[in-house]
Amino acid sequence: MHSLRIICPNGHLGFAPLRVESFMFGVATAPDYIAADSGSDDVGPVPLGTDTSTSPLAWQTQDLEHMLLASRRLGVPMIIGSSGDTGSNSRVDLYVQIIRDLATKHRLNPFRLGYFYSEVDKVDLLRRMRAGEIVHGLEGHVALTEAELDATERIVAMAGVHPFIDLLRQGADVIIGGRSSDSCVFAAPAIHHGFPEAQAYYMGKVLECASFCAEPYGGKETVLGEVSADDVRVTAMHPAQRCTVASVAGHAMYERSNPYFEHVAGGTLDMSDCFYEQVAEKTTRITGAKFLPAPEFRVKLEGAGKVGERYVGLVGIRDPYTIAHVDDVIGWARQQVRERFGDTGYELHYIVYGRNGVMGDLEPLKHRPGHELCILVQAVAPTAAMAEEVCMIGTRQMFYARLPDVKGSAGSVAFALDEVLRASPGYRWTVNHTLRCAHPLELFPTHLTTAGQ
Amino acid sequence: MRRAVKTQKLSELAKTVRSKNAGVDLITFDVIFSDAVAYDRVKKARVLTRETVATLYGIAPERIADFVEFDPANAIKFTIYRLKPSGSPGDPDIFGAQQYAPLLDIEVPVD
Repeated sequence: MHSLRIICPNGHLGFAPLRVESFMFGVATAPDYIAADSGSDDVGPVPLGTDTSTSPLAWQTQDLEHMLLASRRLGVPMIIGSSGDTGSNSRVDLYVQIIRDLATKHRLNPFRLGYFYSEVDKVDLLRRMRAGEIVHGLEGHVALTEAELDATERIVAMAGVHPFIDLLRQGADVIIGGRSSDSCVFAAPAIHHGFPEAQAYYMGKVLECASFCAEPYGGKETVLGEVSADDVRVTAMHPAQRCTVASVAGHAMYERSNPYFEHVAGGTLDMSDCFYEQVAEKTTRITGAKFLPAPEFRVKLEGAGKVGERYVGLVGIRDPYTIAHVDDVIGWARQQVRERFGDTGYELHYIVYGRNGVMGDLEPLKHRPGHELCILVQAVAPTAAMAEEVCMIGTRQMFYARLPDVKGSAGSVAFALDEVLRASPGYRWTVNHTLRCAHPLELFPTHLTTAGQ
Repeated sequence: MRRAVKTQKLSELAKTVRSKNAGVDLITFDVIFSDAVAYDRVKKARVLTRETVATLYGIAPERIADFVEFDPANAIKFTIYRLKPSGSPGDPDIFGAQQYAPLLDIEVPVD
């Protein structure tokens, strides 16, 4: 095989539907693989904590249907990573079931369906920690403590290429992956077919977000990657998009703190010496990628822990005097909560839109509020009843704030809704760490079954 | 008589100005130019540096995790630490997608 060609129709499959026209152009090029990543930690810790998807089932199913039908028609494998946003076990089971149901619906011939799990058992992790294993923190976090582990609801490990390659070796036609590095969904088949790791991981890096590596800007369009022994070529499939030197190099920066390095389980992709050239109208060629194997095999862990039940309230302010003293209004409401519940045992947050709601302390214009403000009140507490009451006091008492020189004495704020609303529970990221593994597959058990009739 | 220095806003010179999570603890900012001329002009003017960014956002320089002038993409890129991981209760921007606005008005001297 001189080169391997993979199409990617979507980055974070399910979050918004793929665009069919460019996908069909991609399918028409007869690629060797159809692959997409379906997860992200961008959606915050709630989906992992509550073990739910933030993506609607209808969109997940629609994209999987397009990919599965094309994959079976062409007779080429289909690969999905980080199933259902979080890549937890229940999300893998969900996607496996969707694939089975689609196979039945379309009366597909039997095919081999491979899948792997990524969840890490807390008891197993605790045992490793007690045996002396240090679970290193990323981004300056201290090593994982037993207390933080205890506060964690669910943990997933970030797979590299290994479980995908293992399933390809077993002959899987469709792979449904647990949590995995985006780039590895594409790098795995390239490595499986003998292409160099440097080229393989670079292709994964460039394909992972589909058309985000193309211009003009437009997400969810299909792109085609082609890997050879010494280069990667990426081509936009949408008629109006092109992969240019600028768009491809620009994508190397996307969502990472440093544009030169991409860390995966087992090593680092080094893009410092990458060279980009436009080789056709819609195609850019990349050479010079390097892969640096890691001295120790460490796997990234992600974990979410519950903070409490959550209620939200909404408040508006128009009086310029009250706007100028909004912190006093908030201070009054906080004081009423303190008198009822004390200083601790709950969280109460005020987001002041129209002043610094979006940027908080980073807002340079926080001293120049607008002529009206909207305030989102969030209360988080151990029980729903307490969260509701904290939120209700924290919201309604803004109405009764006592400002010395206010003209309007009938109410300090405006309510569009005289109620507080139940929101998803509050979660926080508790685990952003790495764990040493003796074997690349030890956290990622693989399974192979059949689907279709 | 002092001659007023003519300036142009960064938003007029850059093709892309964006912010986005880079993992759960970091927000990364990309300023991308259409060509090397505009990129070099901004780079040479020293209006977009570790120091100017720290001042603009009112943060200590240590909160800037990375600052890179990335020639292959005609881009300047920097990354800051969040004080709390993304999506914690009270976080107003879970994706970190709306933190770039102050960069748009950076004044770049015209040669």
